[in-house]
Amino acid sequence: MTQFEPVLLARVEQPNSHTLSTYEAAGGFAALRKVLGELDPAGVVDLVKRSNLRGRGGAGFPTGLKWTFLPKDHPGPIYMCVNADESEPGTFNNRILMEEDPHQVLEGTIIACYATRATTAYIYLRYEYPLAFERLEAAIAECYAAGYLGRNILGHDFSLDVYVHRGAAAYICGEETGLIESLEGKRAWPRIKPPFPAVEGLFRKPTVVNNVETLCCVTHIAARGAEWFTSIGVPPDPSNPRDPGSFGPKLYCLSGHVNRPGCYEAPLGITCRQLIDEFGGGVWKGRKAKAAIPGGISMGLLAESELDTPLDFAGPVRAGCLGLGTAAVVVLDETTSIVDFLHNSARFFQHESCGQCTPCREGTAWALSMLERIRAGRGRLRDLELLLEIADSIGIIPGTTICGLADGAAWPMKNAIRKFRGEFEEYIRRTNPAGAETAEPVAAMAMESVHG
Amino acid sequence: MPVADRILTDETIESIRAYFPRYPTRQAVTLPALHVVNDRLRCVPREAVVEIAELLGLAPAEVQDTLSFYGFFRQDAPHGRTRVWVCRSICCALRGGEEVIDHLCHTLKVRPGGTTDDGRVTLEVAECLGACDFAPCMLAGQSLHKNLTNESAAEVIDRLE
Repeated sequence: MTQFEPVLLARVEQPNSHTLSTYEAAGGFAALRKVLGELDPAGVVDLVKRSNLRGRGGAGFPTGLKWTFLPKDHPGPIYMCVNADESEPGTFNNRILMEEDPHQVLEGTIIACYATRATTAYIYLRYEYPLAFERLEAAIAECYAAGYLGRNILGHDFSLDVYVHRGAAAYICGEETGLIESLEGKRAWPRIKPPFPAVEGLFRKPTVVNNVETLCCVTHIAARGAEWFTSIGVPPDPSNPRDPGSFGPKLYCLSGHVNRPGCYEAPLGITCRQLIDEFGGGVWKGRKAKAAIPGGISMGLLAESELDTPLDFAGPVRAGCLGLGTAAVVVLDETTSIVDFLHNSARFFQHESCGQCTPCREGTAWALSMLERIRAGRGRLRDLELLLEIADSIGIIPGTTICGLADGAAWPMKNAIRKFRGEFEEYIRRTNPAGAETAEPVAAMAMESVHG
Repeated sequence: MPVADRILTDETIESIRAYFPRYPTRQAVTLPALHVVNDRLRCVPREAVVEIAELLGLAPAEVQDTLSFYGFFRQDAPHGRTRVWVCRSICCALRGGEEVIDHLCHTLKVRPGGTTDDGRVTLEVAECLGACDFAPCMLAGQSLHKNLTNESAAEVIDRLE
């Protein structure tokens, strides 16, 4: 592989990187001109398929393949939803792209809409990103004025409107069918699939939902070609015929106990340790790592001994994690209590469970109340088995819920208890030495009694 | 409805109507409408829900159903002049976010979700604000405040109007 050159973050340090003039001066919208001049929509779909681009939002589904699920010769309308509800703890790469380089996001969106024949795109933006909202609105206005949006874009028989739709602080809206329900003005309860959104999505029309970073990758694939994209990253595992590989550049978010938290662009497949040491300047305060979240909190935990795991789509799974997720690495130093970590995780998922499926709603709530009791010094060793029983029985992997939120709640529990069992047992023995047998819930702490 | 009996002003109604051309259904304007009202009233009272429903051609229960899904919209009383969201998720918690929340509760003499007696500030705990590179962080109104300490967080709040 040749020297890696960042493309997604290439402009973010430039002054006024969010403006159209800066973007165009750096070659922006050349990819769109090229696509409209040289390719028909099917040609763009084929290009993206050949690049083996996999979705950057968390699930890693091949983007080109997703586009081919749209019905052929549909009379329309077809909708594009840009998933900008980035809410996975530890993840902030979409925020940086939208705040610092919104035109890159829009160019990718426009190319993707041309490919999928979508005529309206909604950018579903989480409410907590006010600067991204301001920058996107300004960028959209610039694009309309410059002829990149609206009727007959750049003189071609292709028209597109883009609107920003703000959420209201709910994690579940990042699930693609929860997003669609929310956009339609309903409670954001994920839908049972099939039908998949490509067949029946927003307003019951064929719909594509793509993540912000995925769409940015589309721009660069259009500009540089599929071969450029597959020259970066990790090829498919020859022993697994279903592995599409992990190609392209990736934005890694690094936070927690590191010296230099930040968003770093690297080829897919760098190891967690490389990210922490080479980009993050190592663990803070001269300490060692105890563990790291590999890709947002729902992916689980890597123990220190597993930090050489490559952060490609297959690596974290081999280490018992749920997946690469959003590639957001959160470092826990050696002084961090894993009991506290798991309590924080359980509190998040209890709060964000949408309440539609009983195993998730009840499982996340009981897990939190047990962890509160353990933290309050009334834990029992067999609580660990109960927590694992919850973790093993909620989610789409055991087949008990509609969406994957519960799998995300389960994985931190499974990984934390199975990889750090000794620490949990030691904590329970130390804080409940008499082995008091009570399963009465502890009074909720004042701070946790709110926001429900 | 006569103007005197309405909660939504003509300006508010026009702001909501401006969203109509964006969507093929009126129901899709629910969330934008709730934000329009909340931006102006700092809450969405039940009377406003009825008026939004009328505007969108929905049953009030449909709007209320959507509203109540999000913990975001208050109905009984307006939040303070500035709503401050302090992150409690893992990346901020690892770098002192919970201590910031605790400190602000003590200095403002409110619990999370509560409003100061002078109506100036409502303190909220938030799940991940997506600014983990600047943990711990908080959103005060529309401004993100980064790399907080207990003291710097309290100073930011002191300067709010």
